Amino acid sequence: MTTTTADVALMAHLMRRAGFGATREELEDKVARGYENVVEDMLNPSGDRQNLPDDLIRRYHVEHSELRDLAGAGANWMYRMITTNQPLEEKLALFWHSLFATGYAKLNQARALLNQIDMFRRVGFGRFNDILVELSKDPAMIIWLDNNDNHDGAINENYGRELLELFSMGIGNYTEDDIKEASRAFTGWTLKNAEYMSMRAMKDSIWPYSRIAWHFEFREHDHDTGEKVFLGERGEFDGAEIVDIICKQEATARFVCTRLFQFFAADEVDEEGEAAIEQMMASYFESGYEIRSVLRTLFNSEYFKSEAARYSRVKAPVETVVGAVKMAGTYRQPTLGVNLLASQAFYMGQGLLQPPTVEGWHEGVEWIDSGSLVERVNFAAKELGDPSNPGVRAIVDRLARDGGSAQSAADIVDGCLDLMGPLQVEDITREAMIEFATQFGDIDLDAEESVETVANVMRLIASTREYQLA
Amino acid sequence: MVTQNGNHDKTLVVVQLSGGNDTLNTVVPYNDGLYYDYRQTVQLDGDAVHPISDDLAFNPSMGPVKRLWDEGKVAVINGIGYPNPNRSHFRSMDIWHTAMPDDIGREGWLGRTTRELDPTGDNVLTAVNFGRGMPRALGVRGVPVASVGNLETYGLFPDVQDEFMRKYALEAFAKMYGGAQGRDAVMDFLGQTGTDALKGADILRTAPAQYESSIEYAANPIAQSLKSVAQVMLANLGTRIFYTQHGSFDTHSGELVSHAKLWDEVAGAIGDFYDDLREHGRENDAVIFVFSEFGRRIKDNGSGTDHGSGGTAFVIGGDVQGGLYGQYPSLAPDMQLEGDLHFNNDFRMTYATLLERWFRLDSEPIVNGRFEQFEFLPA
Repeated sequence: MTTTTADVALMAHLMRRAGFGATREELEDKVARGYENVVEDMLNPSGDRQNLPDDLIRRYHVEHSELRDLAGAGANWMYRMITTNQPLEEKLALFWHSLFATGYAKLNQARALLNQIDMFRRVGFGRFNDILVELSKDPAMIIWLDNNDNHDGAINENYGRELLELFSMGIGNYTEDDIKEASRAFTGWTLKNAEYMSMRAMKDSIWPYSRIAWHFEFREHDHDTGEKVFLGERGEFDGAEIVDIICKQEATARFVCTRLFQFFAADEVDEEGEAAIEQMMASYFESGYEIRSVLRTLFNSEYFKSEAARYSRVKAPVETVVGAVKMAGTYRQPTLGVNLLASQAFYMGQGLLQPPTVEGWHEGVEWIDSGSLVERVNFAAKELGDPSNPGVRAIVDRLARDGGSAQSAADIVDGCLDLMGPLQVEDITREAMIEFATQFGDIDLDAEESVETVANVMRLIASTREYQLA
Repeated sequence: MVTQNGNHDKTLVVVQLSGGNDTLNTVVPYNDGLYYDYRQTVQLDGDAVHPISDDLAFNPSMGPVKRLWDEGKVAVINGIGYPNPNRSHFRSMDIWHTAMPDDIGREGWLGRTTRELDPTGDNVLTAVNFGRGMPRALGVRGVPVASVGNLETYGLFPDVQDEFMRKYALEAFAKMYGGAQGRDAVMDFLGQTGTDALKGADILRTAPAQYESSIEYAANPIAQSLKSVAQVMLANLGTRIFYTQHGSFDTHSGELVSHAKLWDEVAGAIGDFYDDLREHGRENDAVIFVFSEFGRRIKDNGSGTDHGSGGTAFVIGGDVQGGLYGQYPSLAPDMQLEGDLHFNNDFRMTYATLLERWFRLDSEPIVNGRFEQFEFLPA
């Protein structure tokens, strides 16, 4: 089977969306394996995810050996996104983190957040009702939305409300009474030693007595066993039964499929996109609410594979950082400074494990402001404009292999646009880059000065408007 | 910017003390026996502090602030805080930044202020942050804010050493982002934002070259940040809000040494900045607002102090009516809040005073409510 440009372009699109991008060599290997096989591989992660076990990684990376503080925890996850061989598993965990946005500010215990991310890895491809039950039992979520204060006879509605509004159905599909009834069903869902733990979270001080791990606890004596009326159904529901009722609603299918579509396919939903969402909803019900089936339908849909879906999302800061690092080939081996990468994403507006509110980040074009754009451009341009980075050098070598050492400025610009994407840019952008490259004279890829020129062309590509999109 | 009658714009300079500044060792109740009882170790020598009244004194490292106090230019706001204090750095800082103590807010109070000062967003430099990453206080959708790590190298491609290479790259960037508008909304928005960023950087970079001063700022980050503020302010670029921060004031251990050093740096920087403005006849155009997310525990932990509540803020400037505002909280056991100082004035009173009396803005929509004002600025 021969590899065509169109196959590579489609695979690059899949890898940007279902992962964090891939090098040309990786793309060619995946094209040889076949699109649908690659989708299946990513939907069914197995085996070791990284080439070193996590305890060894943390021994060599002192900057993320401490997982209880925010900096260490963020660095640890960032490193995993860069080095994992199962990128969709991490991308999907990032999706759930964006949707079920839980933040350090109220917890002061990053380990509990990483445990939540681990839970997303464990059940994130599974049935949506299982995911919501696990979420309702997650200690970080319990503290984040005050379910430890939700008692039999004295409900706290915070979790019940957000479960319906932000996590499953969306506003307008339930009543205030439904919120109260759902909250009653989650009374007694708390964490071990909840009173002490919540006080510690609130009065965060230095950690003189270390940190105690958080665990879920069901307190039967504090659980409201009475009859509830929820979304028109009547029964002595507990939390899991409430979740079952939620998951069979069409509004829930539409909500979760639309959010997945916007995260993996396109920021804006047009008419064709709406049809793709309908297909995803059908898969949701046919599979018994299984996210893996919904994603399979999306990735194999005509819409997803169409030209219209390409570069139709603004990259999130974390995607920008991980994508540039993967292409530049840095941090492939134990390298200090992963915590700085996590800080970079924060400077661009997305601090891992610290979403601004339970609403999560405002995504799409709202990632961009003048401050964040400068950070995005400067970071990607530096990673990809440095000829000493192995990924940059690999692109130079590849250009020489495919086109010989003597090339025109236009050849170099077009060659880099192809190998860094393939990325199509506006004419004015291409012309500006050719003009730029022409200023440095004839190009001979065997000469070090020309290698610098190529790296500088890559720097410019990394700073284009088009590169801000995935 | 200079207005038609020759006056300069009123400018607010925020100095955030990150990490929780210890109130008791900043404005010290040096004649209160309880202070010495509770602070067995983390205790300042009553003879070394700078008295500002019979009861209170500044930390020994705050000499330059004391000098401005003596001139009547320093308002000390004692007992500042908010109900149900939260001892988490992150949450408490969010509360100060969004002016929303009860609900989780998204918009920053100074971002809203920027929008009111420049509703059309004509000047991309109305608000300038010195530091990496945008403080939430400045974040409001669609409001341009420049965030500057280092004024000398600010802008795009700071890592490119070769001057010509950087110039060529910037020219290419301007072309790539300056293309015709109207084909795609996202590409247009990116083009406009990139062009704004480039414009802001080009203007900001001119500031250091125009600047002349006899003041020699120290090499520490807050002194350098305030020097950058002075450079931009004196270049008359129309900036109304400057944001800076210094830290970490999270002095759980070894506090006497680290807290002294921090205040040495902050007080020195503020003193130099004030003198710099005075040298240029501009000390009446700026108000410096110094705050921290919370104070610290009354009783020390043997080496430092843990997170507490009830803080102190400062407002400093040529137009400021110096003096003590708010009440200094009592250290008496029955007056404490779980071992902490009780707040007695809502931080939004100070915000409202700054907004109404300095910027002449309606404070209610910005701080989410109507609050009484202090007299530290003339009505």
